[in-house]
Amino acid sequence: MTVDSATQAGPAAEPAPMGVVATAPGPGSAGRGRSGLAGAFLNKFLLPFSVFALIIGIWYLVSGLTLSPRQRFMLPLPHDVVRVGILDWDNFSKTLEALKYTVIVTFTGLAISMVLGVLAAVLMNQAKWVESSLYPWAVVLQTIPILALTPVLSFFFGFALTSRTIVCVIISFFPIVSNTLFGLQSVDRGMHELFTLHHTGRFTRLWKLQLPAAMPAMFSGFRIAAGQSVIGAVVGEFFFKQGNAGLGTNLSVFASRLEGERLWATTLVASLLGVAVFVFFGWLSRVAVGRWYQPRRG
Amino acid sequence: MTTTTEPPPAAATAALRFAGVSKRFKDGTVALAGADLSVAPAEFVSVVGPSGCGKSTLLRIASGLDDATGGTVDVHSKSLGYVFQDATLLPWRNVAHNVGLLAELEHLGKRERQARVAEAIELVGLAGFERHLPHELSGGMRMRVSIARSLVLAPDVFLFDEPFGALDEITRERLNDELLRMFIQRRFAALFITHSVQEAVFLSGRVLVMSGRPGRIKAEVAVPFAYPRAPELRYSAEFAALCGEISRHLRDV
Repeated sequence: MTVDSATQAGPAAEPAPMGVVATAPGPGSAGRGRSGLAGAFLNKFLLPFSVFALIIGIWYLVSGLTLSPRQRFMLPLPHDVVRVGILDWDNFSKTLEALKYTVIVTFTGLAISMVLGVLAAVLMNQAKWVESSLYPWAVVLQTIPILALTPVLSFFFGFALTSRTIVCVIISFFPIVSNTLFGLQSVDRGMHELFTLHHTGRFTRLWKLQLPAAMPAMFSGFRIAAGQSVIGAVVGEFFFKQGNAGLGTNLSVFASRLEGERLWATTLVASLLGVAVFVFFGWLSRVAVGRWYQPRRG
Repeated sequence: MTTTTEPPPAAATAALRFAGVSKRFKDGTVALAGADLSVAPAEFVSVVGPSGCGKSTLLRIASGLDDATGGTVDVHSKSLGYVFQDATLLPWRNVAHNVGLLAELEHLGKRERQARVAEAIELVGLAGFERHLPHELSGGMRMRVSIARSLVLAPDVFLFDEPFGALDEITRERLNDELLRMFIQRRFAALFITHSVQEAVFLSGRVLVMSGRPGRIKAEVAVPFAYPRAPELRYSAEFAALCGEISRHLRDV
């Protein structure tokens, strides 16, 4: 499988983009120059799956040809990963159990980030001095290596769910703040003037104009944050191992025991969780604002 | 009232009066230099002028969005309507809710609001489109919604900032006809900015010609045609002659 989110999630998560980010366009989203069903099929299925086949092929090559059987625990053959990590129900049921706790942490952290992030963005939008004093630190917050925080987090919040959730919040907070703030500040000037003409108070302006107008950007932030939150949960579990084992806990255990098949199977599940929350928030966004907001379509 | 050939009304009765109004922006640009004009109650006045001459600034000052840096501005109005160049509809609100927006901002009761919204939608000819979203409407329809939104507040002074400038000729003429129908029905004082001479003549009792920047009123042409005006008026010789006269003034400025 492809490079996964879990192992890639170094302490310093990649810098979250500023402003509204046109999140990674799905494979074959453009379809320029091709038309009709055949083109759609080519773009939506054939090309992505060709790449998938290519990756699996390279995987087999690397694992089968360059690694000796004794080294193969690092990158086991794909079918061994599936056999040991997924088809073996004893192993896979434990992974699903771990997935449950990772999901709980992911969504708890994300929910907290959504509330705090939107609130922070609104405050920053309402008072320039709040923005000036807080925004730089929101940027800094997500560059802090989580590793550096583990001692202090564990001292105050223990080695279990609370600390993991805090890691999630730290990682997913910024995309929500920056996207929401961008949305609140990008309201058309003419619309603002319309409200000004009728002596609208700032609360009404926020409630009837800015917040609805910011919704598409806000949801785009939620979607990025959701992916980050999965990474946060897995990284958090990696460092805070007490209590119920999550995917990250298992990753660390399997890595230390050199159980490559289960390591990669868990990685695959973590990746799929990331994809699932991304798709879920894309759907949620369409439900919330798709009726009136159409991002440029080809 | 049949014609509007009488001289500009006295200051005391004017709905809107500018005396020597000037506007200098912070960057030093002088948009207006001593603009004088007045609009009587129930009078339709248009302003034509080269682009960038400060026509829009007149309206921004009249509405209070901008302050004049010199001169005096009198607006006698209980309710001021302002139609922008863009329809500025809220894309998440349907037609009915967009039309009701200003009434909401002015805290009209729900009953009263709904009645006025229905009436305004009827007046602009959008009955049946109440549930449509702005992106489902044509440019002309969006402009109708924008006008209806202001009509809800029954403005006695109505400012129009090139509202039909982005529309095609056919739509524009139809909306001109309908705007006159609304004008006759509601009898507001209108100050209408446009760069179309034909549009100005067709709508107005008086047409003011502005000079290039810094803007001031260079000429005033009375339009003698009685309201209501038939669409065919546009093809009459007198109409063409008036348009020619105004165009001549425009070339001189």
